[in-house]
Amino acid sequence: MSEKELAHKSVDYRRKILKYIVKANAGHTGGSLSCIDILNVLYNYTLNVDPENFSSPDRDRYIQSKGHTVEALYVVLASRGFFPESDLETLCRYKSHYIGHPTRKVHGIEQNTGALGHGLSLSVGVAIAGKLDKKNYKVFTLLGDGELPEGSNWEAALSAAHYKLDNLCAILDKNNLQITGTTTDVCNTDPVDKKFEAFGWEVRHVDGHDIKQLKETFDAIPFVKGKPSMVIAHTVKGKGVSYMENQLKWHHGVPNQQQYAEALQELDFQDKSI
Amino acid sequence: MLINKLIQVDATIEKIAVRNQANLEVFSTTLQDLARTDRDIIVVTSDSRGSGKLVPFGQSFPEQIVEVGIAEQNLVGVAAGLASAGKKVFAVSPACFLTARALEQIKNDVAYSNNAVKLIGISAGVSYGALGSTHHSLHDFAVLRTVNNLIIAAPADNFETEQAIRLAAESDLPIYLRFGKKAMPLLSTEETTFEFGKGRKIREGGDVVIIATGETVAPALNACEKLSRESGIEAAVISMHTIKPLDYRLLSEIANLGNPILTVEEHSIFGGLGEACASFLLENNYRNKFKIIGIPDEYTVTGSQQEIFDHYGISENGIADAALKLCRG
Repeated sequence: MSEKELAHKSVDYRRKILKYIVKANAGHTGGSLSCIDILNVLYNYTLNVDPENFSSPDRDRYIQSKGHTVEALYVVLASRGFFPESDLETLCRYKSHYIGHPTRKVHGIEQNTGALGHGLSLSVGVAIAGKLDKKNYKVFTLLGDGELPEGSNWEAALSAAHYKLDNLCAILDKNNLQITGTTTDVCNTDPVDKKFEAFGWEVRHVDGHDIKQLKETFDAIPFVKGKPSMVIAHTVKGKGVSYMENQLKWHHGVPNQQQYAEALQELDFQDKSI
Repeated sequence: MLINKLIQVDATIEKIAVRNQANLEVFSTTLQDLARTDRDIIVVTSDSRGSGKLVPFGQSFPEQIVEVGIAEQNLVGVAAGLASAGKKVFAVSPACFLTARALEQIKNDVAYSNNAVKLIGISAGVSYGALGSTHHSLHDFAVLRTVNNLIIAAPADNFETEQAIRLAAESDLPIYLRFGKKAMPLLSTEETTFEFGKGRKIREGGDVVIIATGETVAPALNACEKLSRESGIEAAVISMHTIKPLDYRLLSEIANLGNPILTVEEHSIFGGLGEACASFLLENNYRNKFKIIGIPDEYTVTGSQQEIFDHYGISENGIADAALKLCRG
């Protein structure tokens, strides 16, 4: 898929994220919009995973540690054919499988996540298994910058370097906001690159909304043989909808009908500008 | 039902290579035996290979042991990841840390995600008696009983241990097993079979029933001999190795006889075997006389495991006295 096609996809995913969040009257809007370009590139370019090979032991793995932005994952999985998009009409409804965090009841989802600080350890386990079995698959996990103070992340970061897991890539969706305020004010984790480097990771920075940069960065994994790769994706919470961008209240804010219409207008304009 | 998914093996006493050892030793030798022919057997440790008796395993199968250092949350998360990639994973750590510090990983990464990790709580209960409450696990049955999709068992002797490990290795379900450090007498015969969720009647008796689990089965059996010898009371003994799913059928069978029931466990009197039995009995309108022996809700006394057992009546004398009171009270 060309970069232009991927750019159109990103806009369309943003429309759908808003559509289903508005319909469900619930969801993590800002974070889904910050990570959607990353998921777009992963699922439409980088990952060797599709509905047919999903049970294959050789597939690439994607484990979403920041499980609350599941709406972004749902729209991408639907577009890749893991389930009909119409299933998302039931988002957060009574007995729907499409709940507010990833579960394996939904085809295409690797692990049940949502409690923060779990994805990296799970990914380390899958990556160690890949090494033991001499498989070529890669393991990707998406971390939120707000979840980094969870100590389990750092336990896992140690293990990843200790076992030289160059088949593992952690992507940090660094949008600098969490529910209480800026990540700097709540519990500063910067300089996060230096921290991961000190833990034995190879770190690269990327504009998390630049399709070309994301493609090239993921293509370069492992950045260094014998080391786990950390991609610090600099993103904007609420990206693509001007009144949501960098605004705390859109962490899990749901647009009203007028706001939704404005957002769609902006996205239409972005689509035409590509 | 959870239990119906389990594979039942034809377990016979001939398979037991060792007797009267600590169950933990049998866990280790059984795992080595399995690993010889199955490269998917993986042990994950948190600086716990020594206390888990797994040094020989690590020496024999260096590629089948994953060390994460003292980091129990990571231990369980990594184990879940390995299991999701097809490995038969035994995550081994002291029960006190494994089931408290990593409870969220057990709940989410193992049970909820249905990654079939075998969680091995070592030096459980008050095995680390003199080290104090930080090192006691008197909460593990209680907290884990509330977690859906997790079998909980405490094997009583070397036979139950070996069979539990062999079954666990082939099961596609998450399982928590807890072991102590003390050498255990063999409480099985050549006819013995083992299956998760099926209590074992190891002594017949028509006056009172003692339901015990793990390392308290042996003192319960000794108490029966004392009762018979000194008071003419005959007590039946059940090794209720599986706390969840509890063997309701056997409980009904026992309760229907109308005899007093005494439960014994190396656990808080809250939320463990005793309360699980009590809940079932009360909800099903059984009104047998009933008593729970375990560790009461207080700052736990310290000392050796045996001294703590003696202090709280988890002993030949204590169990016999409690049974006598139930029968005559």
